Amino acid sequence: MNNAQKSRLLDKGFRYLGIGITILCLLVLAIFVGFVIYMGIERLSWDFLISLPSRFAEQSGIYTAWIGTVWVLVFTTIISFPLGVGAGIYLEEYGKKSRLATFLEINIANLAGVPSIIYGLLGLEVFVRMMKMGNSILAGSLTLALLILPIIIVSTRESLRAVPSTVRDASNALGASKWQTIWHQILPASFGGILTGVILALSRAVGETAPLIVVGALAYVPFAPAGPLDEFTVLPIQIFNWVSRPQEEFLINAAAAIIVLLLITFAMNGIAVYLRNKWQRKVNW
Amino acid sequence: MRVQEKIIEKILALCAIITILTTLGIILILAVEAVSFFGEVSMVEFFTSTEWTPLFTQKSYGILPLLSGTALTTLIAIAVALPVGIIIAVYLNEYATDRMRRILKPLLEVLAVVPTVVYGFFALMIVTPFLKMFIPGISGFNALSPGLVMGIMIIPFVSSLSEDALSSVPDSLRQASFGMGSTKFQTAFRVMVPAASSGIIVSAILALSRAVGETMIVAIAAGMQPRFSFDPTVPIQTITSYIVQVSMGDVPHGSIAYQTIFAAGITLFVFTFILNNISYWIKSRYQEKYE
Repeated sequence: MNNAQKSRLLDKGFRYLGIGITILCLLVLAIFVGFVIYMGIERLSWDFLISLPSRFAEQSGIYTAWIGTVWVLVFTTIISFPLGVGAGIYLEEYGKKSRLATFLEINIANLAGVPSIIYGLLGLEVFVRMMKMGNSILAGSLTLALLILPIIIVSTRESLRAVPSTVRDASNALGASKWQTIWHQILPASFGGILTGVILALSRAVGETAPLIVVGALAYVPFAPAGPLDEFTVLPIQIFNWVSRPQEEFLINAAAAIIVLLLITFAMNGIAVYLRNKWQRKVNW
Repeated sequence: MRVQEKIIEKILALCAIITILTTLGIILILAVEAVSFFGEVSMVEFFTSTEWTPLFTQKSYGILPLLSGTALTTLIAIAVALPVGIIIAVYLNEYATDRMRRILKPLLEVLAVVPTVVYGFFALMIVTPFLKMFIPGISGFNALSPGLVMGIMIIPFVSSLSEDALSSVPDSLRQASFGMGSTKFQTAFRVMVPAASSGIIVSAILALSRAVGETMIVAIAAGMQPRFSFDPTVPIQTITSYIVQVSMGDVPHGSIAYQTIFAAGITLFVFTFILNNISYWIKSRYQEKYE
């Protein structure tokens, strides 16, 4: 076999290796998801969704967990959305050349790489202890909001950057001020992209477990929270709690709760992907 | 009007400054708690002792067992994610048709969307029993299984970022290589991968940093037993899973045991901070080469 034949063989071999490994990864994912559905689907019922947690696995449900998740998600959105978009606008439209902007940029890149559990330590000291919020929904939401802030800022900037400069120039030429241009032209034009980024960031927050454990979200909450200062639990923590127990019944509960959690995260990501495609097609500059 | 505009600008700047306050907050609280921790525990003991038993009556504060646990799971994860991620990236960029790439890339990214607590469940319920068939001596909790699962989780970080790096290499290089009679394989590994190497290294470092800080998979499947060992078949504990363990218990505020999570936290922070800065430095230094 000469060299040319050998390289052609290698070439072909790699093609099959590539497709093989890609399919293998997807297969592993399919096996994981298939397993959890197989294990938990029978436990999944209306009762499971509206039952309080209990010492007895068969009576135990995820009511407090998903109510807690909804509370945390709402507050995280309220806190992180204006802050993240505001910071994104500032960096992209105002602070382009300043030294502060460069510093902010490096800092945000760094924050995006800080492990989530470190945010938990920050939340524990600042929100739970110093500001005396206790192990509350508000403390948890503030912690998660800081955690996803870098993601929102980066995606906001990318969306703003995608708006062509002709829009800015046209608006300026008509005598609009900087803020008028941003508010009436640039933000509406980039809203789809911003929304996509925010939803992706929130879908990440839904699955976060570690920082909330550190902040003190409880594994056992007998009643659904009714206000932002109540103690709470969330779906991932309920899952963690059940997985950590040796009894088979609790593992089945965990599988059922995982199906719900996966449905929520996949749905949020699906919406984001749909929005991105729709918005990209509509705005064709 | 003018005043109003100024006020708006200041408010927006304030939003951005929150990110600096976050960084300052992280550094300050970790440093303050760690300083008072090191007031009671000597640095020498912290960095050289191979026993980590802050919650026992016989207390010992050596971080090495947590570091070895973290290094072990991280190495296993990277050993999976790096080759697989790069092969996928090269395949998608050089071999796959446009249509294939558009379908496969988002499908692979689903791997990064699954919450980590769910991966922990998979490691414990599927991967560990599976490994038991081949390694009968492996414990129910071990470093290998969460390491492998963590590797699967970070594949998309490597493959997507590396693919971006590969696709930003100008086509002229590829055409030149084809013109010399190279096959796709030769073009990919002798021209494209070296040309995109800075981007690929950045993706590898980010994946590394991600694995070092990953928490729930190891908290569920690695066993929470600090042990200075590089044997992947026995239970171990990582820095992150130690913090989780303490957070779930009732450790009184201000006690030494409470401060250990900040001492462990600052160690973790320093490692990931260095990794992130290396990747940022490589990115800003080498990325414009082809623009």
